[in-house]
Amino acid sequence: MKIVYFAWMREKAGVGEEEVTPPPEVKDVRGLIDWLKGRGGGYAEAFADLSVVRVAVNQEYVTLDHPVAEEDEVALFPPVTGG
Amino acid sequence: MIRVQREKFDLGAEVARMTEGNHGIGGVCAFVGLVRDVAGDQPVAAMTLEHYPAMTEKALAAIEAEARGRWPLEDSLIIHRYGRLEPGDAIVLVAVASAHRQAAFEACQFLIDWLKTKAPFWKREDTGDETRWVEARASDDHATRRWRRGKAAE
Repeated sequence: MKIVYFAWMREKAGVGEEEVTPPPEVKDVRGLIDWLKGRGGGYAEAFADLSVVRVAVNQEYVTLDHPVAEEDEVALFPPVTGG
Repeated sequence: MIRVQREKFDLGAEVARMTEGNHGIGGVCAFVGLVRDVAGDQPVAAMTLEHYPAMTEKALAAIEAEARGRWPLEDSLIIHRYGRLEPGDAIVLVAVASAHRQAAFEACQFLIDWLKTKAPFWKREDTGDETRWVEARASDDHATRRWRRGKAAE
């Protein structure tokens, strides 16, 4: 699974993108984020407040209960500020 | 049409390209967003826009398609820049052409309102002393909600 991070979540996580292999019990975005937080370091800080985490799976916006699979690209980022 | 680019754009040239050869267009409404030199009470020396290249064009195309479905538009154009910009630089252009002005005005406002809360861009301001990520504004969410279908203006 490919995970990409943007803006201050990228900075706190300390990585822009990475390939990960979560354990089989990680079924959805919420589970994935919990697993990432368990890795410690900046991840716990980046995802401390789930209310500011926006998610896209395969470049489409989804909610935290959306399923994730091995071949997915999951993007985690704060609320957008373009325009 | 959607364009995501680092380079500057020329409003006049873009509008001319849009209207050339289509005399069914009765009006064009355009919005250009610019970098200001102040944010709150802090000066802004520069701004850097990050985006999600794999998703940006797709998200903007979806926003454009939504507008084309709601209003009778002859043409539409969204140009959004990324990279380092300075006060006075243009960030974004939204231009829509239609037979009559009401559709053009409404669609233009809709596009910029939706884009602000749905297009995957993030601004980082440089005050000269420090850099900080711009926080999303509740007023932008409110502006987007106004366009929910079947709901009266909130």
